[in-house]
Amino acid sequence: MSARLDRAVTYGILTVFAAVSLTPVIGILSTALGSRDSLDTGFSVPEDGPHWSNFADAWSRGHFGTYLANSVLVAVAVVAATTVLSILAAYAFGVLRFPGSNALFHLFVIGLALPQEALVVPLYFDLRHAGLTDTYWALILPQTAQSLAFGVFWMRTYFRNGAPRAVIEAARLDGAGSWTTLWRVLVPMGRPAISTMVVITFMWTWNEFLMALVMVSDEEHRTVPLGLAFFQGQHSADTPLLAAAAVLIALPVVVVYLALQRRFIAGMLSGSVKE
Amino acid sequence: MTRRRGHRTHPGRYRRRAPGEPRAVGYLYILPALALYTAFLLYPFGQSVWLSFLHWDGLTRATPAGLDNYRDLVTDPGLRASFGHALLLLVFYSALPVAIGLLLAAVLARTRVRGMAFFRTVLFLPQVLALIVVGVAWRSILAPDGLLNDTLRAVGLGSLARPWLGDYDWALPAVGLVGTWVGTGLCMVLFLAGVQRIPRELYEAARVDGAGPVREFRTVTLPGLRPQIAVALTLTIVAGLRNFDLIYITTAGGPGNATSVPAYEVYHRAFETNQVGSAAAIGVALTVVILTLTVAVSRLVEGRRP
Repeated sequence: MSARLDRAVTYGILTVFAAVSLTPVIGILSTALGSRDSLDTGFSVPEDGPHWSNFADAWSRGHFGTYLANSVLVAVAVVAATTVLSILAAYAFGVLRFPGSNALFHLFVIGLALPQEALVVPLYFDLRHAGLTDTYWALILPQTAQSLAFGVFWMRTYFRNGAPRAVIEAARLDGAGSWTTLWRVLVPMGRPAISTMVVITFMWTWNEFLMALVMVSDEEHRTVPLGLAFFQGQHSADTPLLAAAAVLIALPVVVVYLALQRRFIAGMLSGSVKE
Repeated sequence: MTRRRGHRTHPGRYRRRAPGEPRAVGYLYILPALALYTAFLLYPFGQSVWLSFLHWDGLTRATPAGLDNYRDLVTDPGLRASFGHALLLLVFYSALPVAIGLLLAAVLARTRVRGMAFFRTVLFLPQVLALIVVGVAWRSILAPDGLLNDTLRAVGLGSLARPWLGDYDWALPAVGLVGTWVGTGLCMVLFLAGVQRIPRELYEAARVDGAGPVREFRTVTLPGLRPQIAVALTLTIVAGLRNFDLIYITTAGGPGNATSVPAYEVYHRAFETNQVGSAAAIGVALTVVILTLTVAVSRLVEGRRP
């Protein structure tokens, strides 16, 4: 077979699959810009130009301003807590030595395979008992705990393999304690690993649905995916409006993804445990 | 991909005696994470196990149930069906994406690709979208007058058009195909990265031996991709079994219970029909299935003993 034919086949296949990946995305974009009076969905380009007003309409009718603010608040809290706590714990697991560290580390790793469905029922009753359902805490605390499994696993890999031993050794010889070594030396050096953890945790928190569905019943604390689900319930006939809402919700993650795609891919593919 | 078998064997000699640092300080670093993790993950899981042995409606006093809730998993036709659906969906969520990914890797093993960054970005995109958004998008595509049926009618296959998500026979495969759409890019990106790492010489040697594309795939590409296949299977199986969002937003288990899955049953029973003990048992069983399959994958694909 000639090399040129090989190449043509390769690009042909890649293009087909890229098109398959993009079709629903483009479909929903064009639906979102479509006219709400016509019954046409999909790729029809409206005669009177794109209807940008659908976005503004979805925004105000779906109260997405409130939901977006909630999502931002929850995501920032979860990401911040996960980052700090994971760095601390992973540092101990990766660099310091103490009895039982291996067993404790594996305890965290189990969390990567534990489905939310096995936690959410008692969590709901516990948090309701504590008077925390319908508060941000009910969203932040469980999601932080779940993100810690990945964060600790990911950051330990960095401390084990990414941080040069010689640097840690040199810091020690200069009289730096373990705390100083961590925050002054290893954390600044580990920015790539840390930012991967940040974007992955952000994406998971932003997209989280089940926890929000169970923990929040009032409108005030709804996050955007929950908002979209309810929006679909109310406006299922108004396809363009629904599509516009979906686009609004996906947008933040997609923008971050396009800017930092390497970090997303590296982080998500590491999610399967290798020990 | 993330395999580092080496580090266990040479743990860094100086670490045995870190000068001037008491060893116990490690516990202090772990404490905050461990406390939160225990309170909001390990402890609730333990509670799930405990609840699974009770009859409880979430309001009145719970009564001991013994193994009743677990017996129901096998005897209750609805529950049995939901686990059956989940396993069938794994064909769509896991087997198909891996197979398609391998096919592509086999073709690509022979050529260098330019513009790979672009294809990778596009192929991986479905992975970062919220499943709720994916569900909303696909619901409108699969709707009676949605994109799929419009296309079928436009090419003269109108007789095949149907309300995909409302059809007893077709709803499950339709939801499955959405999962295939989500998972395929992940497998492709994983395998494409892996295949680039297989030494060129192996392919040249195979060609010198007169191996055709099929034997080349079997003797070089497939063994070379073992670690990536294990990762792909693990990720897609875990994601496929955890699949709540997609079912909730597209079909809510219907029509009838044609697309009910354990993840959905947990929610449905705990928060809609007040069968908390049963919901907990399903959650625990789901965990067991996930752990079993993950261990099986690493044994079968990688030939490793855990």
